[in-house]
Amino acid sequence: MKEQLESIRANALAEISAADNLSALEEIRVKYSGKKGEVTAILKQMGKLSAEERPVMGALANEVRSDIEQALESKTARINRRMLEKQLAEEEIDITLPGKELEMGKRHPLQLVLDEFKEIFLGMGFEVVEGPEVEYDKYNFEMLNMPKSHPSRDTQDTFYITENVLLRTQTSPMEVRTMLSQDLPIRVIVPGRVYRADEIDATHSPLFHQIEGLVVQEGLTMADLKGTLEAFVKKMFGEQTKVRFRPHHFAYTEPSAEMDMTCFKCGGKGCSMCKGEGWIEILGCGVTNPVVLENCGIDSTKYQGFAFGMGLERLAMMKYNIDDLRLLYENDMRFLSQF
Amino acid sequence: MNVSLNWLKEYAPFDCDIHTFSEEMTMVGQKVEIFSTEADKCKNVVIGKILEIKEHPHADKLLVCMVDVGKEVLQICTGAKNLKVGDLVPVALDGSILPCGKEIHNGQLRGVDSNGMLCSLSELGLTTHDFPNAVDDGIMVLDEEWPLGTDAVKALGMDDYSVEFEITPNRPDCLSVLGLAREAGAAFKVPFKMPDVEFPKGEGDINDLLKVTIHDTEHCQRYTAGMIKNVRVKPSPKWMRERLRMCGIRPINNIVDITNYVMMLYGHPMHAFDYKYVKGGHINVRLAKNGEEIMTLDGVQRKLTDKMLVIADSEEPIGIAGVMGGEYSGVYDDTNMVVFESACFEGTNVRATSRALNHRTEASGKYEKGLNPEYCVPALQMALQLVKELDAGDIIDGHIDVYPQPRTERHVKFDVDKINKILGTQISREEMEKILLSLDFGVNGDEITVPTHRYDIAKDKVTEMNDIAEEIARVYGYNNLPSTIMNGIAVAKPTEMQRFTKKVVNALLGFGFYEIETFSFYSPKNFDMLNIPQDSPLRKPVVISNPLGEDTSIMRTTAVASMMGVIARNYNARVQSVSLFENATEYLPVEGQDLPDEPRKFILGCYGEGKDFFFLKGVIEKLVWSLDISDIRFVRSGGAGTYHPGRCADVYIEGVKVATLGEIHPTVLNNYGIKTKVCVADIDSRRLFGRVKGVHQYVSLARFPALTRDIAVVCDDAITNGEIMDIIKDSCGDKLESVKLFDLYKGSHIEPGKKSMAYSIVLRDRQATLTDRIADECIRKILDNLAKINVFLRR
Repeated sequence: MKEQLESIRANALAEISAADNLSALEEIRVKYSGKKGEVTAILKQMGKLSAEERPVMGALANEVRSDIEQALESKTARINRRMLEKQLAEEEIDITLPGKELEMGKRHPLQLVLDEFKEIFLGMGFEVVEGPEVEYDKYNFEMLNMPKSHPSRDTQDTFYITENVLLRTQTSPMEVRTMLSQDLPIRVIVPGRVYRADEIDATHSPLFHQIEGLVVQEGLTMADLKGTLEAFVKKMFGEQTKVRFRPHHFAYTEPSAEMDMTCFKCGGKGCSMCKGEGWIEILGCGVTNPVVLENCGIDSTKYQGFAFGMGLERLAMMKYNIDDLRLLYENDMRFLSQF
Repeated sequence: MNVSLNWLKEYAPFDCDIHTFSEEMTMVGQKVEIFSTEADKCKNVVIGKILEIKEHPHADKLLVCMVDVGKEVLQICTGAKNLKVGDLVPVALDGSILPCGKEIHNGQLRGVDSNGMLCSLSELGLTTHDFPNAVDDGIMVLDEEWPLGTDAVKALGMDDYSVEFEITPNRPDCLSVLGLAREAGAAFKVPFKMPDVEFPKGEGDINDLLKVTIHDTEHCQRYTAGMIKNVRVKPSPKWMRERLRMCGIRPINNIVDITNYVMMLYGHPMHAFDYKYVKGGHINVRLAKNGEEIMTLDGVQRKLTDKMLVIADSEEPIGIAGVMGGEYSGVYDDTNMVVFESACFEGTNVRATSRALNHRTEASGKYEKGLNPEYCVPALQMALQLVKELDAGDIIDGHIDVYPQPRTERHVKFDVDKINKILGTQISREEMEKILLSLDFGVNGDEITVPTHRYDIAKDKVTEMNDIAEEIARVYGYNNLPSTIMNGIAVAKPTEMQRFTKKVVNALLGFGFYEIETFSFYSPKNFDMLNIPQDSPLRKPVVISNPLGEDTSIMRTTAVASMMGVIARNYNARVQSVSLFENATEYLPVEGQDLPDEPRKFILGCYGEGKDFFFLKGVIEKLVWSLDISDIRFVRSGGAGTYHPGRCADVYIEGVKVATLGEIHPTVLNNYGIKTKVCVADIDSRRLFGRVKGVHQYVSLARFPALTRDIAVVCDDAITNGEIMDIIKDSCGDKLESVKLFDLYKGSHIEPGKKSMAYSIVLRDRQATLTDRIADECIRKILDNLAKINVFLRR
């Protein structure tokens, strides 16, 4: 019996070593360790052995079975490993082949800049409000301290619909509407389209966008206006940006100012973008004229306001270095796909 | 406005370079746009004296001059014949640059050394207007003595700067040398002084010759006149011509130059006219009569209306007040007596008149901003003083001054606290006072006196402290004010409509659509381009009464036209495939209302491979799904001319029409020159937003399995998928989880004129496991109902 077991072991190990696929190994397992396998058959004969021989032979038989199973296991692992390697090698791809072409749109550059603008001011507690573009003269001019014969009207060539209705020349009429309708305190920005009778060219357009800001609350000062706009410019154009305020005149603010910022291209040294000045004019602003507050039913002895307004096209053109305003309204895909 | 820098210095003795000057003036509120000087263009040219003139040995037309230029004597050849020994001339030295662009170097002319060049007027960029005694066709000979070797820039008055200011409309006082000099005085903290003027003594009495009546005191606040006789018209002196030139005014003759000089100095227009054309010796300031006419100085016959103020003699208008004089109102060779007018007309009327006549002049530009009547007399005094100084005529004694309602100084309370509160500062009272005094305001205890030239200040009681605060702040320096963060925390959030808009935009970007921006106005031709029916309300737009041109004459009633324009542009640029959208506003007149309705639309447009009706339909379905809206229906529509009548649908949500989509009508494509199919969707933002529900409530995940049954049915071509789907949905009640068309087949095995449609139907009972029996029953019910419209199970 001992010889039998030794020969089974030798045969089995030889066959395992020769096998080169998983099904051959499975056959070997069945042949030796299966229910009707050779080792199993020997174990069934253990009963016939003497009491002395039985433990010895039993131990040997178990050893043989375990050897065979270990050999099977390690061979299976080797074959599995080899197969995986082969699969990986076969599945290699040219990763420089093109990706699947998905379609994805892009926002218009004006809206991109406007979004950034809105986010900054939302962060400072400003709500976004919008108003009609076909507007009453009284909201666009009269209540903003610009009566019919006011010389300031000359600087804003106006498209009229009727004597009293016009295409708003600025987003400021929404200041009036907001003050008339909203509870105090007020913090709003007003983006929107405005219209002036300018022929279109590289820097002018009869239609453009403005963004207006208005704050009305108790104890507001011109210093607050400066602080707010400085914070905006630093968020929009970078912390290194500096601003300066120049006295100016607007009928609906007093004191009034224009704000320049250091040229974002040269940082203030002077270049072609800023015409060598180092500064770029960016917006008009001021302390809301108490006349305007009173026109809107707000007690100017108690409340103070400030307001600012700027052109969106100019901001976008500066930000993206666009040299012709007309591109913004032509909507050529070769232009739109760049943003 | 252009002003001579040297002239400003005369009244405010600041001392700084031009760059600092520009910067400081800008920061005080008088923005310097640009400055220029001729000095940069003329280098190394000096004054020399002709010592000797010899013939050129080799050329008949040339002369050889010995010229003393101070340091040395130079030999210079010239072709000019107007020189004599002793003449002072401008000499361009070796290496000089001339305003005409020439560079001069030592050299030889026909074999004779020539060490420089003698200059003509034109080579120095000058004309006989600048130097009336010089000649056009020869070397410029100076008529003043100068040390030899003096820089010509100085001797010829080219060292001055012409500075262009942007004057804001509230500061008519700064449309003058004195106004700007006052500002410079405050900016540089140097004393500013008004010129001393008085009426010079003369002969006779003006009252014997001239009478002035103001008939309309509302539009003419003051009329002042002086007279001279024995007028001696000749060129004005060099200093005056130079100043005018630097202010951008062409010198004419002494009388005209005096009026312009005074206008520049005081910002107060003056007018000089020939006394013999003032019929009756009576000046009447009155409104014109309707239909009255006048030939103005520029030779144009102008029709007047009864809203226009005129200067008339006893018979007819001789000038349009504040705008322009009449044809005979100038000064001529045979003029003997001249009337100087120094008047103040009301700005609004001048502005309206000059607009109505479509004629703006230097004078009207000043008057319309509102001038100070207090300057009428000093301006007249200055003019008469200059007449005397320039010997331009003999003064007639006295003057006429009609001033029915003198302008008075305003007084406002000096409220230091309020000013600091407006500005957010702690500026001391002393400092404020100093600033106000430097601007010629008066301060007396708690009261500020506003000078008459600052009529923009304290116009209105409620704004007077803001006005004063601005004066303080601009001289104190806007950039010296603190920057603070405003008090109080405000919480802001986009509105629901704004959040909805952002959601839609993001969805569209995800579907591959690019955002566009188009003009809100266009030509009425667009209605024909879009094939819109003649009786459509879309053809009744908001019309601009004063458009730039037809292309921008009406507000759009449909933004589909704008989209088609952009599509055509890209098609013509040979872009293969586009998907575009605009978040557009339309403008629809409303009966009985002044203002139109301004609905917001999402206009989608596309063309290119795979971008057909069903692509766009899919986009809308997914868009609506992303908004959590389920009840969407597509209803066949006629296309209203713009869309293909067989390929157009209206989109309904809960019975409300929210959109139209379709393929563009071939006729419309042809109008735009597009030779490919284009699909457009027109989505009403407000209506779609109105269908968005609140927060979506969670539905528990199904615990019981679903059963899927596929059925294929055969029917006539005319039966639509929508009809079949409706019947399937209506037949199963709440057991139906979803139904989807997965195959549409026509061809062999199917009768001609019929089609086979295959549906995958998912059934589920949320309370219990669905049995085959119930599922079969559902399917049977579906088939029974379909049979009623002649749709049968495919065998």
